[in-house]
Amino acid sequence: MISITTRFRLHRCLTFFALLGSSNMAFAAEMDMRAGVTDISQRILQLHHYSLAICVVIGLLVFGTMFYSIYAHRRSKHPKPATFHESFRVEVIWTTVPVLILIGLAIPATSALIDIEDNSDADLTVLITGSQWKWHYQYLEADLGYYSNMATPEEQINNFETKGRNYLLEVDRALVLPTDKKVRFLTTADDVIHSWWVPDFAVKQDAIPGYINEAWTRINTPGLYRGQCAELCGKDHAYMPIEVEVLAEEEFDQWIVDQRLAIELASGQAVADRAKTWTMAELIDIGQQVFLDHCATCHEADGSGQGSTYPALAGGEIPNGPMAAHINQVMNGAVDTEMQAWAPQLSDLELASVITYERNAFGNTTADIVQPITIFEAR
Amino acid sequence: MAVTADHNIPNRSPLMAFLSRWLLTTNHKEIGTLYMWLSFVLFFIGGAMAMVIRMELFQPGIQFAEPLLYNQMVTLHGLIMVFGVVMPGFVGLANWQLPMMIGAPDMALPRLNNFSFWILPFAFTLLISTLFMEGGAPNFGWTFYAPLSTTYGPPSTDVFIFGVHLMGISSVLGAINIIVTIFNLRVKGMTLMKMPLFVWTWLITAFLLVMVMPVLAGAVTMVLTDRHFGTSFFAAAGGGDPLLFQHVFWFFGHPEVYILILPGFGIASQIIPTFARKKLFGYHSMVYATASIAILSFVVWGHHMFTTGMPLTAELFVMYATMLIAVPTGVKVFNWVATMWRGSITFETPMLFALGFVILFTIGGFSGLMLALVPADFQYHDTFFVVAHFHYVLYPGAIFGIMSAVYYWLPKWTGNMYDERLGKIHFWTAIIGVNMTFFPMHFLGLAGMPRRIVDYSLQFADFNMVASFGAGMLGLTQVLFLYIVIKTIRGGKKATGRVWEGAEGLEWTLASPAPLHTFETPPKFPTPEEDYPRD
Repeated sequence: MISITTRFRLHRCLTFFALLGSSNMAFAAEMDMRAGVTDISQRILQLHHYSLAICVVIGLLVFGTMFYSIYAHRRSKHPKPATFHESFRVEVIWTTVPVLILIGLAIPATSALIDIEDNSDADLTVLITGSQWKWHYQYLEADLGYYSNMATPEEQINNFETKGRNYLLEVDRALVLPTDKKVRFLTTADDVIHSWWVPDFAVKQDAIPGYINEAWTRINTPGLYRGQCAELCGKDHAYMPIEVEVLAEEEFDQWIVDQRLAIELASGQAVADRAKTWTMAELIDIGQQVFLDHCATCHEADGSGQGSTYPALAGGEIPNGPMAAHINQVMNGAVDTEMQAWAPQLSDLELASVITYERNAFGNTTADIVQPITIFEAR
Repeated sequence: MAVTADHNIPNRSPLMAFLSRWLLTTNHKEIGTLYMWLSFVLFFIGGAMAMVIRMELFQPGIQFAEPLLYNQMVTLHGLIMVFGVVMPGFVGLANWQLPMMIGAPDMALPRLNNFSFWILPFAFTLLISTLFMEGGAPNFGWTFYAPLSTTYGPPSTDVFIFGVHLMGISSVLGAINIIVTIFNLRVKGMTLMKMPLFVWTWLITAFLLVMVMPVLAGAVTMVLTDRHFGTSFFAAAGGGDPLLFQHVFWFFGHPEVYILILPGFGIASQIIPTFARKKLFGYHSMVYATASIAILSFVVWGHHMFTTGMPLTAELFVMYATMLIAVPTGVKVFNWVATMWRGSITFETPMLFALGFVILFTIGGFSGLMLALVPADFQYHDTFFVVAHFHYVLYPGAIFGIMSAVYYWLPKWTGNMYDERLGKIHFWTAIIGVNMTFFPMHFLGLAGMPRRIVDYSLQFADFNMVASFGAGMLGLTQVLFLYIVIKTIRGGKKATGRVWEGAEGLEWTLASPAPLHTFETPPKFPTPEEDYPRD
């Protein structure tokens, strides 16, 4: 009985909200939860509106009563207070009615949750690995994987350049997914806990070292969708965005073929790079760019570092010490520090050039040159 | 505050006398005063950190705080506000009021009382000193999730751990003292079900403290041994489990957030009847509701962890249990409204703050109910929607509760009335500031802004700017609060013993200011037919 009347009231309330929304769409989009592009995200939006409407109605009733009392029972209007101070019947009513309302809320929430947690029968699986501060995507069926780094330049962050439209929400390589397929995400992390969140899919799943969590989505509309890491993961937590490019099924299949081809070409290029003997100038040129892209966020562009957590490379022990130790540190990282292993992330040429750069920049004068072949042998 | 002759030992320099008075005091009123001032000082320090945060978030881009500093501010702001402002604030109120409200001469364990206070200045000095250490202060959020706090924590993490241990010891000792006092020192005739609601809520809070602070101590100890003694409680690489940390932390953390609000419920239950000139409606159900909330708080910690990959059945259990908390909380709100109903209400500053408390806390309760719904939580979790939610229950909840209690009892403590006009200005600026700061955060979270980020994309700029303006206003008005309190201590219209026309309770039978030693002979507790004696 009660839940039916509540439903009715709710329906009217939702209509009210819908009108509010349609009167100024841009405004509503900025203030409300995103409807998203999956059935689940739209169901969650409905659940959000439904619970919000219930809260608004209860709030209006309770605060309405309260403000009426503030108005009508103030001393100047109501000098003699009543003396009643308990009523068993009233207490029972306002204990049981909320329970019934809660049941009315729990039913749609439970049914949505059961569907959300059904990870079975996926068409495609992507392993998502978070690390400080980038995402790695591995297409398990296609033997294809790559890192996705934020593409917003430092100059925009430090207010030297005008901020672009997708400031902090753009990456160098987006995750690519097909429409109308059940995509299963497996999430894990290399270092600390991260959380992979794309609001338009209503997928937020923590990426925890030592765990593999599951989530899934089925996207209805092609397009470009953006998200961010949602779990505090250290210094650059704000700078690990997610970008997902959703293609129609045939385009997606073609994209996979193209990527496989690109891998073949790259490995041909790598062979050529190894065969060549590079000059100091060439390596420093490439190495400087690699350093700015990957290393400068912690060690700073001038190699001055940030305290003991991110040691200075200018005059540093490792860039001026034995070359083998330096190569090892860059390739394999340092245990129990934020220095990560770069061997899986960079090519032989990139590693060789960045190490050469570090040994000959910031006032370091070892005059050492590292060739890609050395890196290849160290792998 | 009253200084009696026996505390000024002759032939001592004034400085020594001052130091020995405040360092060695075992008087519940003086210790209460110390707690309140500590809370007040830390309120401004934690508030200054909030200002740094809001200044950085005023516009997109990095302006004032580099990411590492920003994360330190977020961490210390949370720790200081929770452990340094709200908890000592409530303990200070308990010290001042509990003995006077139950007709006891002092707390049951006065030396322990001194000890549990004097631990705190050292604990917070340690915590704040980490800002100046190599590698900076803790930067992993007040929740110090592993492995960010273990493998990746700065060296100062160990100082933070020591500080948290000290705070925990202080809280547990303080709570034991409160429990012992309430159980043993009540005036004859005051049975449990006749205790004032503030006493009841503090009794329940004290039990929560005794039960969960050791769990926090366990969590920080495991973090310490993981960092230095080769254990792997929370390290996956060593066979441990990063999620174990979250379970242990939130088993402490969820009861902790009720520790931060239950005494506020008690304060509202004292103040609303006074200014409505009508007895509290539904005393018994208020007590049972408080107890239910406390018990339920032990089975809902999982609602902080819905996105960690919990199994479906666990998600459902935690969701239902969390939703259930709305029932006793609702009962409390309904009872407050029913207390006002057909009363004869006036709106002095304590009442204004209490009403602000009820309304805005309820809004925080609504967003809490929405957060309990697991599917929706997948969108809300770790966004500014959560930041809005817990600031609504903590700022206009816990902090307004403390402020309304200060205005309510300050005349009893100092013997002077505060400046009513300034009090009202404080209230209105605070309530506008609080809503301007935290209401837009709901929108930010819904639109997709994660929490704890130092920089944000352009679509979040407008509401962040509004929130920063609100925060500036909210911060400034607390300077006015400080001025009002100092002004009241230094003088003002003399308060009567009763202070408020509608006030009921043993503390109002004493003179204002309350003498240093009160109820050395137990007062008479009136039977239901009698009235409290008037001066």
